[in-house]
Amino acid sequence: MAQAVTGHDKHGHGGHGHHDEHHEHEHESLKTFGFWMFLITDIILFGTLFATFIVLRFSTDGGPTAAEMFKMPGVIAETFILLTSSFTSGIAVLQMHRGNKKGLIGWLAVTAVLGLAFIYLEVSEFIELVHEGVTIGTSAYWSAFFTLVGTHGLHVSVGIVWMTALIIQLARRGITPVTQRKVNIISLYWHFLDVVWIFVLTIVYLMGVM
Amino acid sequence: MENHNSHSPSHDSHGSMKSYVIGFVLSIILTIIPIAIVMNDMLSKQLTIIVILIMAGLQFVVQLFFFMHLKDEAKPRYNTMALVFGLIILLTVVAGSIWIMSYNVVG
Repeated sequence: MAQAVTGHDKHGHGGHGHHDEHHEHEHESLKTFGFWMFLITDIILFGTLFATFIVLRFSTDGGPTAAEMFKMPGVIAETFILLTSSFTSGIAVLQMHRGNKKGLIGWLAVTAVLGLAFIYLEVSEFIELVHEGVTIGTSAYWSAFFTLVGTHGLHVSVGIVWMTALIIQLARRGITPVTQRKVNIISLYWHFLDVVWIFVLTIVYLMGVM
Repeated sequence: MENHNSHSPSHDSHGSMKSYVIGFVLSIILTIIPIAIVMNDMLSKQLTIIVILIMAGLQFVVQLFFFMHLKDEAKPRYNTMALVFGLIILLTVVAGSIWIMSYNVVG
């Protein structure tokens, strides 16, 4: 992030190396805190979608219900793929702190590929539902379903694009305080998405089919 | 890479391979149990709901502590405070919506 570097150059001109480093560290940890703030707002976003879904859980308008439509094997596969990717993103962070750039990029790539597999399964599930005549307009239940699960899928998709961009940046610049903070943040984001999915699995799918 | 570790922020803890593996194993177990209970109809409906929600909650805690390293945050724990605040709003929105809409059941 070029502006971060020039930004801190303005504050301290040469000869204050240590001070600069300290300043930069403060700057990066402030940005991490900013990211936590984003996660909190995202929790609230998903909270409202979950609340809507729960309230509308019986509002199928006489149409197809969750128990009739859900195919659990695919959902279970999605769950374990995302769970594993949460773990591999953690391994990437671990490799970074060991100073292993190759390991870091490799594990981030594994995480992104697992994310892609998740999205592939989810999109196939949605396409199948639509082919069987269940769309976002079928009933209040399905509107809430597609909005909640789709918003999560969108988050994962954004995460994959972001991770790809970060991999390119890491390949070019290596492990610097700035890229380090970025890797920490994206791994937080990824763990967060895994947590959201666990609640989607529990509240939407498991409670839907029981 | 270069010696960047020397100025890696000290509060920025990253756990160890061991803590990641423990977290991963725990989260797999906490995922398999609810799936097994529901797919095999092992418990009564009410008990199932309670058990799988507890499992999901524990899974959240596992991710927070083993993967997101919340416990190792430097003081003052601003991130933790923000998270707690967010969870209070989350609970208010979800529980409040369910409660108020339970008076709106048609028929």
